[in-house]
Amino acid sequence: MDLALAPETLARWQFGITTVYHFLFVPLTISLAALTAGLQTAWVRTEKEKYLRATKFWGKLFLINIAMGVVTGIVQEFQFGMNWSDYSRFVGDIFGAPLAFEALIAFFFESTFIGLWIFGWDKLPKRIHLACIWLVSIGTILSAYFILAANSWMQHPVGYRIDKVRGRAELTDFWAVLTQNTALSQAFHTLSAAFLTGGAFMVGIAAYHLARKRHVREMKTSLRLGLITVVIAGLLTAVSGDVLGKVMFKQQPMKMAAAEALWDGQAPAPFSVFAYGDVEKGHNSVAVEIPGLLSFLANDDFTSYVPGINDVDKMEQQKFGPGGYRPNIPVAFWGFRWMIGFGMASFAIGLAGLWLTRKRFMLPQHLRVGEDEAPHLVLFRNRPLGPKLTPWFWRVAIWTLAFPLIANSWGWIFTEMGRQPWAVYGVLQTRDAVSPGVSQGEVLTSMLVFTALYAVLAVVEVKLLAKYVKAGPPELTEADLNPPTKIGGDTRDADKPMAFSY
Amino acid sequence: MELHDVWFVLIAVLWTGYFFLEGFDFGVGILTKLLARDRPERRVLINTIGPVWDGNEVWLLTAGGATFAAFPEWYATLFSGFYLPLLVILVCLIVRGVAFEYRAKRPEENWQRNWETAIFWTSLVPAFLWGVAFGNIVRGVKIDRNFEYVGGLLDLLNPYALLGGLVTLTLFTFHGAVFTALKTVGDIRVRARKLALKVGLVAAVVALAFLLWTQAHSGDGKSLVALVVAVAALVAALVANQAGREGWSFAWSGLTIVAAVAMLFLSLFPNVMPSTLEGDWSLTVTNASSSPYTLKIMTWCAAVATPLVLLYQGWTYWVFRKRIGTQHIADAAH
Repeated sequence: MDLALAPETLARWQFGITTVYHFLFVPLTISLAALTAGLQTAWVRTEKEKYLRATKFWGKLFLINIAMGVVTGIVQEFQFGMNWSDYSRFVGDIFGAPLAFEALIAFFFESTFIGLWIFGWDKLPKRIHLACIWLVSIGTILSAYFILAANSWMQHPVGYRIDKVRGRAELTDFWAVLTQNTALSQAFHTLSAAFLTGGAFMVGIAAYHLARKRHVREMKTSLRLGLITVVIAGLLTAVSGDVLGKVMFKQQPMKMAAAEALWDGQAPAPFSVFAYGDVEKGHNSVAVEIPGLLSFLANDDFTSYVPGINDVDKMEQQKFGPGGYRPNIPVAFWGFRWMIGFGMASFAIGLAGLWLTRKRFMLPQHLRVGEDEAPHLVLFRNRPLGPKLTPWFWRVAIWTLAFPLIANSWGWIFTEMGRQPWAVYGVLQTRDAVSPGVSQGEVLTSMLVFTALYAVLAVVEVKLLAKYVKAGPPELTEADLNPPTKIGGDTRDADKPMAFSY
Repeated sequence: MELHDVWFVLIAVLWTGYFFLEGFDFGVGILTKLLARDRPERRVLINTIGPVWDGNEVWLLTAGGATFAAFPEWYATLFSGFYLPLLVILVCLIVRGVAFEYRAKRPEENWQRNWETAIFWTSLVPAFLWGVAFGNIVRGVKIDRNFEYVGGLLDLLNPYALLGGLVTLTLFTFHGAVFTALKTVGDIRVRARKLALKVGLVAAVVALAFLLWTQAHSGDGKSLVALVVAVAALVAALVANQAGREGWSFAWSGLTIVAAVAMLFLSLFPNVMPSTLEGDWSLTVTNASSSPYTLKIMTWCAAVATPLVLLYQGWTYWVFRKRIGTQHIADAAH
C-alpha cells in the first residue's frame, strides 16, 4: 500500500483537518459568549441603548459562529470510535469519562440555555434572560476544561494502571486526571488564548466600522472592550504559555527540543529565532540564536542544561525499545514560532491600540471627542497620528482579527504533532491507535466528505459573518426596550409576532 | 445489579431520551415537506422546535460519550463497524444544525428554499438510519474474536434492519405530527391531526411487524411486556389524536417510543452487540464494560447531572409552551 494513503496517515489527516477546523470556532465561542454576556450586563445595569445594540450585534456574530462550533463538535465526539477504535478500546476507561462528563454537564447546559437566550428576548424577564447567556458562557468554559483534561492525559498520562489481562489502561485516580498540572496549565493557556481571539475579533470588526466612522457609539465601546480583553488575555497567554512550556520541558522534553530544533543538549541552551537544518543528519546549518534564553524558558535560569533531540531519542530508545521517537521537526519548530509570533503580534497591536485610543482625561482638550465621534489616535501628548498613518492603524487593527486564529491553529498542530509518534505519551503509539477494521477507502471517503463539506460551510459562514458585520448593530424595536416581566412573556396580545423566529 | 448493568440501563435511558426528543424534531423536519403548504407554515413548524432541537440532540452526544466511557469496546466496535452509515448521519446532523441557524439569516428565495430542502432530507435520513443501526445491533452482526466488525456495508442493509429503519421513520413522523398538533394553532393544527392519523396507522403496521419479528428472534417475557405496552400506547395515541386530546396523544406517542426502545434493549441484554459468527465473540455488558472504578465515578456524575438536565430542559419547554401559528411569524427575515 502506498504509504501516503495508509489508513493511519489518512486518519491523522482527517483528525487534523476536522480538529483544526473545529477549533477555529471554539475559542471565538468561548470568548464571545462571555463578552456578549458582559455587554448585556452593562445594558441591564445602565439601560444605555448602545449596550443593547452592541449585545445584539455581537450576539448575532456569536450565534453564527457557535452554530458551526456545535455541529463540527459532533464529529469530534464520534471519530475516536470511527477512526481510532484501538485507541478507544485501550484508553476508553480513562479518556471516555471526561468526554461523558463534558456531554452531561457542559453540552446540555450550553445547548439548552442558548435556545432560551436566542428565543427568550420576549419570553423571559430581563435578568433571567441575562442569566441564560452567562450560563452558556459557564457551559463553554466547563466544556473546554473537560476536553483539555482529556487531552492533557494524552500529553501526560496520570492516575491509571495497565491491565495486562484485558490489554488496556484503566483509571485509578480521576481527580488526578482532572487536576494534574498539565491540565491546569493547558486550560489556563487555552482559555486565555480564547479570550485573546475574541478580543481581537472585536477589535478588528470595531476598527472596520470606526475607520468608516459608522456606528461610532457602539463600536467605540466595543473597541475599548476588545482592546482591554486583548491586552489582559495576551499577557495571561504569555504567562500561561511560559508555565505550560516549563511543564512540557519536564514531561515531554522531545517536544520542546523539537520546538527549538536543539539537536544536541547544551548548557546554557540558546533560544533559536531562526533555524534551517538537515533533519536526516540531525543538525542545523543556519541558526540565529539568543544565548541562554532556552535554559530560562525551561528552568528559570540562564545556565542550566537542556537535552536535545538526539539525546531524548536515545533515552526513549533505551526506555521504550528500538524505534524512532522524533516528531516532525520542521513542523514543531515553525509551529511553535508561528503560535508565539501571531499571538504576540496581536497582543502588541492591542497594546498600541489601547495607548492610541486612551481615555479623554489623559488627552489635552483639543483632542478629546464627543460620544458620537470616532476617536483621534493620539501618539504623544499633543501629537495625533498623521493622516497617512491613521488608516494604516485601522487596517492593521482589522488584520489582527485573524492573528490569534492562526496562532491557535499552529499551537494545536505543534502540541499534537510534537507528541508524535505517541498518541498517549509513553503508553500508546499513534500507529497502534488506528481502527484495524476500517478500510483505506472508508477513511478516504470520510476525509474527503468532511473536507469538502467543511470547505463549503466555511464559505457560507464567512459570507454570512461579513454580511452581518457590514450591517452593523440593529435598530432597536419597542419590544427590545420593553422586555417582558413574566416568564413565558406578557400575554396582552395573543397574536403578537415573536421577537425572534427562525 | 452490578454497575455495568446500571450503565446498560443508563445508556438505554439516554437513547430513549434521544429518540423521544429528537424523534419529534426529526418528525417536524419531515413535515416541512409533508404538511406545510407555504413558507410561513414551514416557518411555523421549524419554530415549534427552534428553541429545543439543539438540547434534544445533546442526548445523542451524551449517549455516545457515555458509551465511550462505560463500554469502550461497544463504542469502538459500533462506530468503526457502522462506519459509512454513521458518516451519513454525521453529515446530516451537521447540515441540519447549520440549516436551522442560517436559514432565516438571508432573505433570498434560493437561500431559504435550499436550507428548507436540507432540513427535510437531513431529518428524514437519520430518522431512517437510526432504525437500521438499532435493527443491526439487536439482530447481531459479523464480529470476530477481536471484537472487530468484519461484515460489509451490504450486510447492514438486511430486511430486518431496513424494516427497523421504516419503524423509526414512520414513528418519528407520527410523533412529530402529534407534536405539531400540540404546538400549533390554526389550519396547520387541524391538518397535523389528520396527517397524524394516516402516518400513525402506517407506523402501527410497520412497528407491529418489526416488534413481533424481534420478539420471535430474541425476545423473552419482559420484552413481550414492552411490546404490548408499545402497541397499546400507539393505539391510545391514535385514539387520543382522533378525540382531539393532543396532550394525551403526544404522551402516548412518546410512551410508544419509550416502550419500543425498551423492548430493543431488553431483547439485547446481556449482550450489547451480539456476534452472528460465534456466540463467544459477542460483546456483552461484562466483556465490553469499563472498570468498576470508572463506572462508579460516572454513576455519581449521572446521578447528580441527569435530574438537573431534566429539570432545566423541562423548564425550557414550559417557557416556550405557547402554541404558534403563522400570525406569530414576523415577516422581516432576520
